[in-house]
Amino acid sequence: MNLAARLKPLNTPLTLVAAVLVVAVLAQLAGISLLTRIVTVMFVSLMLVLGLQLYMGNSGILNFAHIGFMGIGAYTAVLFSMTSEAKVLTNSDLYPFLVPLHLPFLPSLLIGGLVAALFAALISYPLMRLSDAAAVITSFALLVIIHVVLLHWDRVSNGPRTLFGVDNYTTLWVSVIFAVITIFIVYFFKESRIGLRLRASRDDRYAAASIGINMEVMRWLAFVASAFIAGVGGGLWAHFITSFTPYSFYLNETFVVLAMLVIGGPYSVSGAVVGTLVVTAAREVLRGIENQVNIMQLFPQGFFGFTEVVLAIVLILILIYRPTGIMGSRELRWPRRRGQAELGEPAEPEA
Amino acid sequence: MINLEFITNTLSLGSLYAMLALGLVIVYGILRLVNFAYGELIMVGGYTMYLLTFYTPLPWLAVVVLAVLAAVVTSLLTELVAFRPVREKSLTAMLITSFAVSTILQNGALLIISPRARAVTLPQIFQTSVMIAGTSVPWRNILTIVTCIATLALLTLLLRRTVLGIALRAAADNFTMTRMLGVPANTVISTAFAISGIMAGIVSIFWIARSASVTPTIGLPPLLVAFVATVIGGMRSLTGAVVGGFVYATIISLLGVLLPPGLVEFREAFMFAFVIIILLIRPEGLIRSKTSVERVG
Repeated sequence: MNLAARLKPLNTPLTLVAAVLVVAVLAQLAGISLLTRIVTVMFVSLMLVLGLQLYMGNSGILNFAHIGFMGIGAYTAVLFSMTSEAKVLTNSDLYPFLVPLHLPFLPSLLIGGLVAALFAALISYPLMRLSDAAAVITSFALLVIIHVVLLHWDRVSNGPRTLFGVDNYTTLWVSVIFAVITIFIVYFFKESRIGLRLRASRDDRYAAASIGINMEVMRWLAFVASAFIAGVGGGLWAHFITSFTPYSFYLNETFVVLAMLVIGGPYSVSGAVVGTLVVTAAREVLRGIENQVNIMQLFPQGFFGFTEVVLAIVLILILIYRPTGIMGSRELRWPRRRGQAELGEPAEPEA
Repeated sequence: MINLEFITNTLSLGSLYAMLALGLVIVYGILRLVNFAYGELIMVGGYTMYLLTFYTPLPWLAVVVLAVLAAVVTSLLTELVAFRPVREKSLTAMLITSFAVSTILQNGALLIISPRARAVTLPQIFQTSVMIAGTSVPWRNILTIVTCIATLALLTLLLRRTVLGIALRAAADNFTMTRMLGVPANTVISTAFAISGIMAGIVSIFWIARSASVTPTIGLPPLLVAFVATVIGGMRSLTGAVVGGFVYATIISLLGVLLPPGLVEFREAFMFAFVIIILLIRPEGLIRSKTSVERVG
């Protein structure tokens, strides 16, 4: 077997990783600190969007709770990574047993992911048989529950007040490494037995059930994996932003992540990557316009919300004219030599 | 603890929640759309009241009517511009669209008016109380209850006695069949959105009266209430929505009285946990529609 044949199943993830690395190297070479910040946040977002794709893309079910798990991951990771002194300084009401906990960055992140996954595993199994409106309302309910608890559990989360004093561990290359690992995980999940079964039940649940696929278990596994990725992503984000409140993990963030995935195309891993890149670029341009208008003081009451309005309009236009997103259900791949047998593209799932 | 004050409070809260839930269910029944932009209709009503009372000398009754009208127009416009084109695509597309519409309206208010709260001046009657059997009952509560009864009576009349109302109810049971019998889909759906707007508009008056101010994000709490109430009552039945509204108000009032002080602030979380449990053990809600369809799968 030659190298090309051996690399064939890796074509898509390697292409996507190459794209990520090109962006990262360009950002590094440019050396502008603002650009580095934007790109770092983009890779953290990419991880979150990929995590959302893992569940939504394969199961076909809209999930509003994703950012809630990001919040759980962020607050948990921070509880472990901060020093006792810093913790007491930012939240004097913290439970005494939480104060001495202290671990390095990486284990803290993983614990954040595990706690999010554990919570997802415990609460979500009975919800996995719901679909359509019922699934949407329950996932929305989950987001609200997590938000209310974070907002009022002062002794863990510092309540609605800002939690500050988190060390900045998430550099550009840390975020790149995590984004790259997540691309591989999400891609191989999609191609794995579980992913394949889940997609089969998404396209036709009765046919899938008739060949012995347990849809609820498949959905559950995907949901837990997705929550784990969201939790780790939340930890990464927290160690980049270094101060935040429970409002950082609510509807605004949910909208952004959802917009990235839907605009890019929820049915493919490439869609998640393309959507994150495109929406991040668009948001920065729009934000620039917004800031410029604010500086020029064209509007007495200030000029806020422009970015979100434009993004939401684009999202609706995409849903009208290309409901499966920019990528549809195709994956990006390195162009093959001519003459090679082309397999037909997989059919786009019925939206 | 359970005295006249508690009862009138709960009744007026229930009236408000019942109207809220009704506005959400009337659209859901026909389109299966959980309209995330529903809360923003209340915001639109609120801002209309703010603008009209602040910039024009219109009498209060006219302001109120125009506020309801503004909510209706917004509701119809969102249907025409956003929901109609994605209606045939998929349910998920429609749900995401409604989330996007909610974002547009919210940030539109931020953009056009201001992120800061705007005071809405209300007539004296909203602040005064009347003594009944030794307890002071706010006029606002009495007005809410009376308005709810009147609205429900009118709506019942519309749904039972007019052709449009009958078509609407038929569409909620079986939309495809109704269309085959010659009822134009767009008319039915527009009517549903109009009624939804009327409900939101009426609720906005009383909702704004509680805080006497309006902000771009004011639509979220009523939206959450409507979600919970409809799930409790049963999303396919209009009676269910009304029952759900009153049940929600009763539970939330009782939780406020019975929960230990440290847990009262978590009561929203309890309500939503309750929603999840209901969806699991009785997915059709308290009131079963005659044509209930399973929501699992």
